[in-house]
Amino acid sequence: MLKLINISKTFNKGTVNAKIALDGISLHIKKHDFVTIIGSNGAGKSTLFNAISGSFLTDTGVIELEGKDITLMPEHKRAKFIGRLFQDPMLGSAPGMSIEENLALAAGHGGWLSVTSKADKAMFREKLALLEMGLEDRMKQPVGLLSGGQRQALTLMMATINPPKLLLLDEHTAALDPATAEKVLELTKSIVKNEKLTCLMITHNMQSALELGNRTLMMNHGKIIFDIEGEPRENITVGGLLEKFKTASGTELTNDRMLLSEQEEQK
Amino acid sequence: MSITTVSSLFTTAFELGLISSLTVLALFLSYSMLNVCDLSTDGCFTLGAAVGAVTVLSGHPLLAIPAAIAAGALSGFITAFLQTVMGIDSLLAGIIVNTGLYSVNIAVMGKSSLLNMNRAETVFSKTQALLKGTALEGQFKLIIALAAVILVILFLTVFLRTRLGLAIRATGNNVDMVRSSSINPTFITIVGLCISNSFTALSGCLLAQSQKSVNIDIGSGMVTIALASLLIGGAFMGKGSIAKRAVGAVLGAVIFRIVYTVALRFNMPAFMLKFVSSVIVIAAISGPYLRSRLPEYMRRFKGKGENIC
Repeated sequence: MLKLINISKTFNKGTVNAKIALDGISLHIKKHDFVTIIGSNGAGKSTLFNAISGSFLTDTGVIELEGKDITLMPEHKRAKFIGRLFQDPMLGSAPGMSIEENLALAAGHGGWLSVTSKADKAMFREKLALLEMGLEDRMKQPVGLLSGGQRQALTLMMATINPPKLLLLDEHTAALDPATAEKVLELTKSIVKNEKLTCLMITHNMQSALELGNRTLMMNHGKIIFDIEGEPRENITVGGLLEKFKTASGTELTNDRMLLSEQEEQK
Repeated sequence: MSITTVSSLFTTAFELGLISSLTVLALFLSYSMLNVCDLSTDGCFTLGAAVGAVTVLSGHPLLAIPAAIAAGALSGFITAFLQTVMGIDSLLAGIIVNTGLYSVNIAVMGKSSLLNMNRAETVFSKTQALLKGTALEGQFKLIIALAAVILVILFLTVFLRTRLGLAIRATGNNVDMVRSSSINPTFITIVGLCISNSFTALSGCLLAQSQKSVNIDIGSGMVTIALASLLIGGAFMGKGSIAKRAVGAVLGAVIFRIVYTVALRFNMPAFMLKFVSSVIVIAAISGPYLRSRLPEYMRRFKGKGENIC
């Protein structure tokens, strides 16, 4: 479904600050896969998402989506097939515009000069009701008035209102309080399941990296160092995963948030 | 001063306010919606005036309006192209186009920096002739200005609700969100600036025809005056629907002109207009900022006192 062949990206090439962010990554994701991605700070997880969604052009390699070469396709065109959520809930929506207007843009129905139809408004209302946040009664309010969790749920809805072929989730619940994070994650699971989406999710939570989805990738220094699915994945523990990281990379897994969440678990 | 003089002074201020409010509405679109401070406004205003005047002088007063609008759209296209495709900072792109337009405008006016339309038939004289004998005869300027303003406001309120209009607003609000909605922000910025600059040029075209002359400086300082009007209008109308804010922009332009007229009556020299508009823009933009910093300044000031004790 998604094929990455030898993807590399170096930032600040030719200067002393040169940083190899992606180092010859090749990856094949099957249709309906739900892949979780973990790794240290600066391992290249978000850069990998940037490469897939077209925020920049990779230095080398080919990206194929459903057999179509999208390596050179500009970001806004890829957005038709690729939905994306960021950690920062503010990034996905326009704060000065109403919920309805944001959804209308995301849906993109009709021609340039058409106005949002009644049918669309009814559809938005129905879908907003599924979030159970009372947003269906606030459709005329500017998105800037919503809380982080509400905004992220709205962004999730915007990203999937036209079901994308691929959904990229970049720690999209990390900035939310635990209860809201749980809720947004539940919503994500049900949308991915109902729409039968193919999904990549970066997470710092080792437990959910193993619980969610059917495959887990571990990244370090711009490379995929560990790839586990099927039975071995079902049998591995968080401890085992950390051990694997150590043997594969030669270092301890370091991620500020990961350490924090482990401490929380110990309590 | 007699009552008739006062009323005619106010009528003139009102007419001028309405005509220049078209430029304010242009900035409403580019500055408030698209979040681009379009510094090519001055040159574009003059371009509209010049193109309109040349068309009028060639004997086509009605054609002058679409000609000026088209010229403005072209100018907007170039400004937008420079900042989206050519990678020039948006402020700089405006300044560059503004500078270039100075030469273009002189060329349009036939290598002259002044054109006179005293004996030519203009949109205004045509309307005047049309209204001859009716009660509205004396108000021909007001009627044209009002009609133009109403049409532009109607256009804006409808247009900004369409998908294209929403995309313009979103581009000024969160450009990443526009991209993730599979919309090319380059295209949106170009469309937005073409439309806003066509309003600016229309404004210049009407002003030139109403005063029956164009000189190369007709548009100088327009961007600051329009910005001042826009901010005054915003202060009066506050936040609200697009239509309400657009009406606020027009109100701001009219208030600005009336205050200016009154100030002239109190012997403010005419050359102070631009200085006053600069001060208004400074006060309107930095006022809210300074107010938000006030508690901090107060604490620092008080803190100093405590340390001395």
